[in-house]
Amino acid sequence: MNLPTPMPAPVRTIDTSGKLCPFPIVEAARAVKAMDAGAVLCVIATDPGIALDMPMWCKATKNEHLGTFREGVAFRSFVRKGRR
Amino acid sequence: MTVARQAKAIGLISGGLDSTLALALVRRQGIEVKAVNFYTGLCITETQRRKGGRADGTIPQNEALRAAADLEVEVEYVDISGKDYFEMLVHPRWGYGANANPCVDCRVFMMRRAREIMEAEGADFIFTGEVLGQRPKSQRRDTLRIIERESGLTGRLLRPLTAKLLEPTVAETEGLVDRARLEDISGRSRHRQMALAEELGIADWPQPAGGCCYLTDEAFARKFFDILDTREAAGQARALDKEDVILLSTGRHFRLSPRAKLVVGRTEIENLMLEHHVAGRARLEARDALGPIALVEGTPTWEERQLAARIVARYGKGKDLPQVAIKWREENV
Repeated sequence: MNLPTPMPAPVRTIDTSGKLCPFPIVEAARAVKAMDAGAVLCVIATDPGIALDMPMWCKATKNEHLGTFREGVAFRSFVRKGRR
Repeated sequence: MTVARQAKAIGLISGGLDSTLALALVRRQGIEVKAVNFYTGLCITETQRRKGGRADGTIPQNEALRAAADLEVEVEYVDISGKDYFEMLVHPRWGYGANANPCVDCRVFMMRRAREIMEAEGADFIFTGEVLGQRPKSQRRDTLRIIERESGLTGRLLRPLTAKLLEPTVAETEGLVDRARLEDISGRSRHRQMALAEELGIADWPQPAGGCCYLTDEAFARKFFDILDTREAAGQARALDKEDVILLSTGRHFRLSPRAKLVVGRTEIENLMLEHHVAGRARLEARDALGPIALVEGTPTWEERQLAARIVARYGKGKDLPQVAIKWREENV
C-alpha cells in the first residue's frame, strides 16, 4: 500500500468493508476504547462517508485523525488515540 | 445563581438544529455531557448515504457527528434497530401520527434506553431538543409528560429549549442546572432557534425540514402497512424484521396480489443491495438488455409472474424492443 502521506504503524487494523454508516465509526470507537493512549488504529471501510465521519468523530472524542486515504473502492483511515 | 456541583448529562442528539442548541445550552453551563445518537435503520439521510449520496454526487454528512464535533462533545452511537424496536413500531401503545410514525412510543423506547445509559454512566439527567408544541403528536404538553413518566425519567428529563414552560426538573431544583439560562421556546416557528444559534455561535446546521425519519413519509407508510396487512390477512404474524426495513427503503414496490410482491431496483446501488436479499425470493433480470434487478416475494400465479416480468422489462433499456426475455431464478426459494 502506498499512502500519499507516510502513516505510523497501526497497533490494530479493523476491516469494516461492506458495513455502512454509522457502523464503521461504531466499530472504530469500540476498537479505540480498548487501545492505549497514543496507539494508532487503522480502519478499512468501503462506506465513502468515512472520509467525512472520521475527522468529525475524532474531533468530538478528542482522538487525533491522522488521515483518510482512498484505495480503489476502499478507504483507510488512521486514528491516534488521544490522551484524555 | 451558584451551581451546586459538576453535573453530568446524557444528551440525545440527532444533529438537527434543536438538539444542537440543547447541547450547546447545557454545555455552556459547564456540565459534562455525553451525546448519544440512536440508530434505528429508518433515517432517510443514512439511507441516502448508503445508496451513494445525493443525485449531485455529494454525500450528506452525519449531522449528529457534526454537532458533537462542533461542540467537542463525546458521542456514542447506540443501535436500537432490533426485535423489540420493530415490535414497538408494529404495535404502538399510543398509536401512529399521520403516517407510520409512532412518535410517542418511539420516544419512550429511546428514553428507556437513554435511562439505562444514564445509570451506567452515573449521569444526573437526560436532555433532548424537544420543543413544546413543535410536533403535533410527540411534543404536546401531555405527551411530553407521558414520555417522561413511561420511560421512568420523571424529573430527570430536561428540555433546555422549552424548560421554562415546563415544571422544573430535579437537576434544576437541586441547582445542577441554572434554570434562568434555559429557554422558553414553543411552537413550530424556528425563528427563536435561529436567533439563539447566532447568539451561541452555531453556524452550521441542517435546514429545518421536519425530520428525516422514513416512518413520517407517506409513500413509505403505504408500503409499511401493506406488508403488515398482507401478512395478517394470510394468517401470519403482524411483524417486521431488519430485512423488511431495508427492503422497504429500496426500490419500487408493486403489490402483484395478496400472494406476491415485486421490488425493482432503481439504481445500480439498489440493484447491488437487492442481490443481498435474494434468499427466499425469486430474482428477475432482463437476459439480453441492461436493466434492473428485481425480487419477487411470495407465491405468484403464472399471470402474476408474467406481469412481474413485464414490469422488469419496462424499467430496462429494452423497453422499446418488441420482446425482452426475463431470467427468472428461484433456486433459493
